[in-house]
Amino acid sequence: MNVCSLRIDDRALTVAAGTSLLLAARRAGIVIPSLCHLDGLTPVGACRLCLVEVDTAGPLAACVTAAAEGMRVRTDTPLLRDIRRSLVEMLFSEGNHTCAVCIADGDCELQTMALRVGMDHNRLPGRFPSRTVDLSHPLFGLDHNRCILCTRCVRVCDEVEGAHVWDVGWRGERCRIIAGLDQPWGAVDSCSHCGKCVEVCPTGALFHKGSCGGDHPSHPERLAALLRGRRRQEGPP
Amino acid sequence: MNTEQRLRLATVWLSGCSGCHMAFLDLDAWLLELAAWAEVVYSPVASDRKVYPDDVDVALVEGAVANDDNLALLLQVRQRTRVLVSFGDCAIHTNVSGLRNPLGAAEAVLQRSYLQLADGSGQCPHAPGLLPALRTPVLPLHALVPVDVYLPGCPPDPARIRAVLEALRRGERPRP
Ligand code: SF4
Ligand code: SF4
Ligand code: SF4
Ligand code: FES
Repeated sequence: MNVCSLRIDDRALTVAAGTSLLLAARRAGIVIPSLCHLDGLTPVGACRLCLVEVDTAGPLAACVTAAAEGMRVRTDTPLLRDIRRSLVEMLFSEGNHTCAVCIADGDCELQTMALRVGMDHNRLPGRFPSRTVDLSHPLFGLDHNRCILCTRCVRVCDEVEGAHVWDVGWRGERCRIIAGLDQPWGAVDSCSHCGKCVEVCPTGALFHKGSCGGDHPSHPERLAALLRGRRRQEGPP
Repeated sequence: MNTEQRLRLATVWLSGCSGCHMAFLDLDAWLLELAAWAEVVYSPVASDRKVYPDDVDVALVEGAVANDDNLALLLQVRQRTRVLVSFGDCAIHTNVSGLRNPLGAAEAVLQRSYLQLADGSGQCPHAPGLLPALRTPVLPLHALVPVDVYLPGCPPDPARIRAVLEALRRGERPRP
């Protein structure tokens, strides 16, 4: 196996070449903040929360940057702390997040991240965009007000369920997740009703219709368990 | 802050549901302790005073700024208070009071509440000079005046309210 040695926050470690800095850091016991990353899905570098300082370059997204020989990486500097707080503030400003009346209140990765980065208020003005809620699916709903465009749903439906219901449509402030190339979710026949997208959504954007605040069943960790199970089945007996 | 004399404490209710004030009252017996070192000089729940006084040490301000009265009172509070605490989620990011923001003008909410959902005899309230005009968008306090301390929660946990007041008494500025 090809390996490389590097330093992350003054911890020396050796990892397989190609390992992302996010996973390498985790190996060293350092949990870099992340939102769009989910174990088991192809990393895309959408949220930028995992930015780290690398001696040879500016800040880089740790989830999509491979460890390299001799790299020196810092995961928690004043610059990074400031960037991370600003990024979370932008996510809050961009959508309509009213936690008190959100299905995910208390079980939301964005909310937890806001606490982690010390966001006691938002320094940026809210945009208060006019967004819709898609309730056309018999089992699930999609509230665009809460969507942070992490694309976990897009990836899990394509890569794991193989249904590819979701895509990212439009651009700029109109950018949003679309089902079946922009149809109501309930009209998309390829959806198998598996619920994987709902389970991996970090916020209250995707939800089970029957649930209300406090019983939002978001289980991103189940994906890793499912994939482990599949590998065992496919592997040698 | 004057530690010899009792702390001059105000609580202010802008556009919020009063839940933050209820959480404050939930401090129950501790309020007696508070009264030993703080004098409530203005409050919808603990004072009869109608005009915001001068020379206030600490103000807990609940609610967002959603109408002209809210704005006028907030400006007064800022001018006459040393430590302004943005008290609860509506004050900090408009929260439920700001749910109308994505709808644009306040007119949409008035129409819905007073006309569309009425049983036929509905009419929109209109009494200039009596009813304060609604403002658009609803704004958090720090968008309009400098804020010294943020005390989030919907409502804030009573234990946290107490911790913040105790820290302010010691002359500290609590941070997250
Ligand atoms: S999605 Fe999360 S951050 Fe957004 S309103 Fe819901 S609980 Fe709050
Ligand atoms: S329920 Fe399953 S098939 Fe349907 S959109 Fe979500 S992940 Fe795709
Ligand atoms: S719906 Fe949820 S999982 Fe999909 S992009 Fe939005 S926040 Fe991410
Ligand atoms: S976790 Fe790396 S960019 Fe989102």
